[in-house]
Amino acid sequence: MTDLAICTQNLTRDFDTIRAVDNLSLEIPQGIVFGFLGPNGSGKTTMIRLLLGLLDPSAGSAEVLGHDVWTQSDAIRERTGALLEQVGLYERLSAEDNLDFFGRVYRLSKSERRNRTNELLTHLGLFERRQEMVKDWSRGMKQKLAIARTMLHRPQLIFLDEPTTGLDPIAAAALRDDLESLAAREGVTVFLTTHNMSEAEKLCGLVGVIRQGKLLAVGHPDTLRSQAGGPRVEIIGRGFNENLLALLQAEPEVSAAEMHNGHLSLQLCAEKDVAPLVNLMVSMGVEVEEVRKDKASLENVFLTLMEEEK
Amino acid sequence: MIADIRTIIWKEWKDVLIQSGGRAKWYPLAFLAIFGLFLPLQTGIAWVETPVSLGFYALIPVMLVVTWVADSFAGERERGTLETLLATCLSDRSILFGKIAAVAGYAWVMALAAFLSGTVAVNIAHWRGQLVLYKPSIALGIVGLSFLTATLGANAGVLVSLRAPTVRQAQQTLGLAVFIIAWIPILGLNIIPQAWKAVLGEWLKGGDMGSIVPIIVAALLALDLVLLGVAMTRFQRTRLILD
Repeated sequence: MTDLAICTQNLTRDFDTIRAVDNLSLEIPQGIVFGFLGPNGSGKTTMIRLLLGLLDPSAGSAEVLGHDVWTQSDAIRERTGALLEQVGLYERLSAEDNLDFFGRVYRLSKSERRNRTNELLTHLGLFERRQEMVKDWSRGMKQKLAIARTMLHRPQLIFLDEPTTGLDPIAAAALRDDLESLAAREGVTVFLTTHNMSEAEKLCGLVGVIRQGKLLAVGHPDTLRSQAGGPRVEIIGRGFNENLLALLQAEPEVSAAEMHNGHLSLQLCAEKDVAPLVNLMVSMGVEVEEVRKDKASLENVFLTLMEEEK
Repeated sequence: MIADIRTIIWKEWKDVLIQSGGRAKWYPLAFLAIFGLFLPLQTGIAWVETPVSLGFYALIPVMLVVTWVADSFAGERERGTLETLLATCLSDRSILFGKIAAVAGYAWVMALAAFLSGTVAVNIAHWRGQLVLYKPSIALGIVGLSFLTATLGANAGVLVSLRAPTVRQAQQTLGLAVFIIAWIPILGLNIIPQAWKAVLGEWLKGGDMGSIVPIIVAALLALDLVLLGVAMTRFQRTRLILD
């Protein structure tokens, strides 16, 4: 048994003249939450479809849970769950019947279906409304039910395409906790696509950034953030002026400095002490009220990568 | 695979017939009232004693199939459930056969229900002191032909629905196909030479059901198998996702 949940080598998929996935090589270990980040149309959904064996690759190869996507896609789908772009629920059926259907599809016994359905619906706060037709539900409730469906048969790998879309902040946080616990306690691998960088930062053990089908970066969020350069310093106060700005820009440890709305933002080259810079400002008559020093966020990393590729 | 086909049938029947709400629940009853009571009673005892109802019961399933089968794949596509269904572990054949069986099974069961209720209704209304039943060959013909026409309609309908982007478009295509198929014999009879018509008339008049029905059955069976083969070839997950 391989320790990798997903392994792709030069995976490529073309649609006529458009290359949706471009020579993508990726290794995702089992039991982690992997975040796939990229702008709209970057190839994230195509990648999920390729990994589920719903699309044939144009070139390259991929294995999911040790099965080849080209020749063993049935075995892959047996052991995975997927929440795709659309929630994919039968709106004329009740929530209970939706889960019952998918339980039958994955050949769960009657008692397993009943127990698992009750367990998931209770956990997601939907149990009381289990007999209502799904068409009468809100977007967020449908999203929760679709997530329940994905987890119903206890798959080893879950694909989630924008799972927190439509969820309120409390439900989104609860889902993040669930996914974290699934990965940590049950060894389930989660492959999720998201635009929400803070979500990826909190949840993912590994992230990949894709643009125009190309994998630009892959690594732990902390590693990517450290690669993105030194810390950012935000200084709030009074008395900032152009002379000071020019002076700061000339300092060797400052890679960028800008003023906006009475704040001063500095991008440092490396882990430098900010105190000498503050002293310099004070000596030039600036009244400093607050100094905040942060590492580059995943969002900064993402935006930097997008800029570099333009 | 049988269990998977049953699962698809369960979902289809529940989705379309049981929980679709409103008028859909009354369609089967309305159908039975018309084709299982009204028409047999109008025709009288000849409904059972002569082969008049044979062709009728062969056509009923096609009418029923057309109303539903357009939804089979185009409906899933339109409602955004197709990709999720394809992303499950169900095999291509389970999904395809399940969809066909759900529609054909419904149409066949309804045709048989109409056949039974028609027999009972005619006997009650025209009681002769004993049960009047179909000749075994006719009864067998009704059961067999209605099955074959149900599967024929389902196969053809699924084939159209597989590629149609919307249910409406699938319905339009199917409607047109049924219209053309219905007009071919009429048009054919109008354009063939008079002598051929005479030969055909003699053959139909002289030929007993025992010789005509097997020919029709064989033709329907062959057509059924061809359409099923084409549907199996055209069922490709990649194509269905991208269409």
